[in-house]
Amino acid sequence: MAHSEQPADDGIHWPSNGISEVPFRVYTDQVTYDREQECLFQGPTWQYLCLEVELADPGDFVSTTMGEVEVIAVRDTEGTINAFVNRCIHRGNLLCMERQGKAKKFTCMYHGWTYDLEGKLTGVTFERGVKNKGGMAPEFRKDEHALRRLRVAVLGGLVFGTFSDTVPDLETWLGPDVTRGLLRVMNRTPYILGRNSQILPNNWKLYIENVKDTYHASILHLFLTTFKINKLTMPGGVFINADGGSHYSYAKLDYAAETAAYKDAGLRSESELQLQDSSIVDSVDEYGDGVSVQILTIFPGMVLQQVRNTIAVRVIRPRGIGKTELEWIHLGFDGDDEAMTERRLRQGNLIGPAGYVAMEDGFIGGFVQRALHYNDDGAGIVMMGGHEAQSQPFKASEAAIRGFWKHYRALMGQ
Amino acid sequence: MASDAQAIRRGVEDLIGAYADCIDEDRLEEWPDLFGDPCRYLVISRSNHEAGMRQGVMYAATRGMLLDRVYTLRHANLFEPHRYRHIVGPIRLKSADGATAIVHSHFMVARIMQGGDTTLFATGRYVDRIDISAEPYRFTERIAVLDSDRIDTLLAIPI
Repeated sequence: MAHSEQPADDGIHWPSNGISEVPFRVYTDQVTYDREQECLFQGPTWQYLCLEVELADPGDFVSTTMGEVEVIAVRDTEGTINAFVNRCIHRGNLLCMERQGKAKKFTCMYHGWTYDLEGKLTGVTFERGVKNKGGMAPEFRKDEHALRRLRVAVLGGLVFGTFSDTVPDLETWLGPDVTRGLLRVMNRTPYILGRNSQILPNNWKLYIENVKDTYHASILHLFLTTFKINKLTMPGGVFINADGGSHYSYAKLDYAAETAAYKDAGLRSESELQLQDSSIVDSVDEYGDGVSVQILTIFPGMVLQQVRNTIAVRVIRPRGIGKTELEWIHLGFDGDDEAMTERRLRQGNLIGPAGYVAMEDGFIGGFVQRALHYNDDGAGIVMMGGHEAQSQPFKASEAAIRGFWKHYRALMGQ
Repeated sequence: MASDAQAIRRGVEDLIGAYADCIDEDRLEEWPDLFGDPCRYLVISRSNHEAGMRQGVMYAATRGMLLDRVYTLRHANLFEPHRYRHIVGPIRLKSADGATAIVHSHFMVARIMQGGDTTLFATGRYVDRIDISAEPYRFTERIAVLDSDRIDTLLAIPI
């Protein structure tokens, strides 16, 4: 294939204008990493901040990050959810150290400047000086200062923020398919079963690509084939939104046949390998639509998963070119009985840092990163299912990965 | 009674020692035998545990689930080969009746990759409920509470 190589400003050479070949340098280049923070994480994207139920009452706050940037989300006394940068305007100190809590105001520990729950500067220590000596310069006016605000949106009980004034509202930006997929999973009030966090030794994009890669699951994750999990899975499909960046894939399962099969397990031949305790895959069709797996991504770095009865938000947080923090927020829903909670917890063995079908995703990006070390010329091949990034009625496809690169290139100006 | 207490302590220490030994010496097939059935084995972060949240990293409620974890680790999961070395700290017998002992201990686990890289992988404490009604003792419940919320890369081998 002949390509016209067009160097971009930051030295990344994309073969042709395509999205089906990805230059390896995007995973190793510091300039690219820095631009991603600006163009993606502080750019026109909506990113997950927290669950709405974490901000149930006025004053409830969560401090988190968008990309590398520290931010705070808080419900104010009017009941509105606000979000702003977690950085005191005075000397740039981290304003809020706690991950979660309840506050009437935010006070910087360095010099005691205070902010209300809308992020407005309300107090400057010794503003008028001490005993009428010193104090702020006379032209300094508190009401002209506030923390940098984010736009906030809530969908399906998930709170999102953006630095952008121009990005469309969240649902428009996600498009109808991805919005539908999100609301399908988040159709009840969630609660947090727990969190887990992994440090991945690789560039953040290698993880989000892995999530969007419907091709690898039955190959890399030996567990599925070893125990013939999902053998009653029916074909699914992939929905990709218009800009390409967000998607969901799904597969259905014949739940009734699977339950029957496990009940009959005692009748199966000795030679057929089976789990000693099949309760980790003992699933119920909680959405009533037969879908057993739905993996949804929101550009650039959020995942909402249903894997059987495990529901989780995953947040991919870049922490340098070759380091990524992956946070898992495991969810249950109000109305779950003890049997359902126990089912989710047992199935929890499938996912997370020790997950039977997730463990490999923890290291595979690190292996790629290692192989690319001072060896990052050329481009990877993302042609399974063609060259386009459109929704497809089958799963052995890399279309969702191409979608990521389509939107990535658009926002990065590459 | 004093000798009873000493016998209990000795049995508890044997069990806790055997646990670390079978993992660190790669005799994982012996690991499920150290538990009763049903049982509860849970690796969980301190922040989840202290918040009363039940989601862990690794969880087994039966000996079958422990056996599946070992089989899977050997045959159905891929990861870069590595071993652990457990250092188990002060073992404190919190309470004991004729049937059950509650035991707390501390641990540090080093992870040794096949290439030789050795790092401090996990620290925390074990919160154990041990069946002492018969010998050898068995864990009815072992909760490995990890001090850190973060796991480097992945957790394949039990803590």
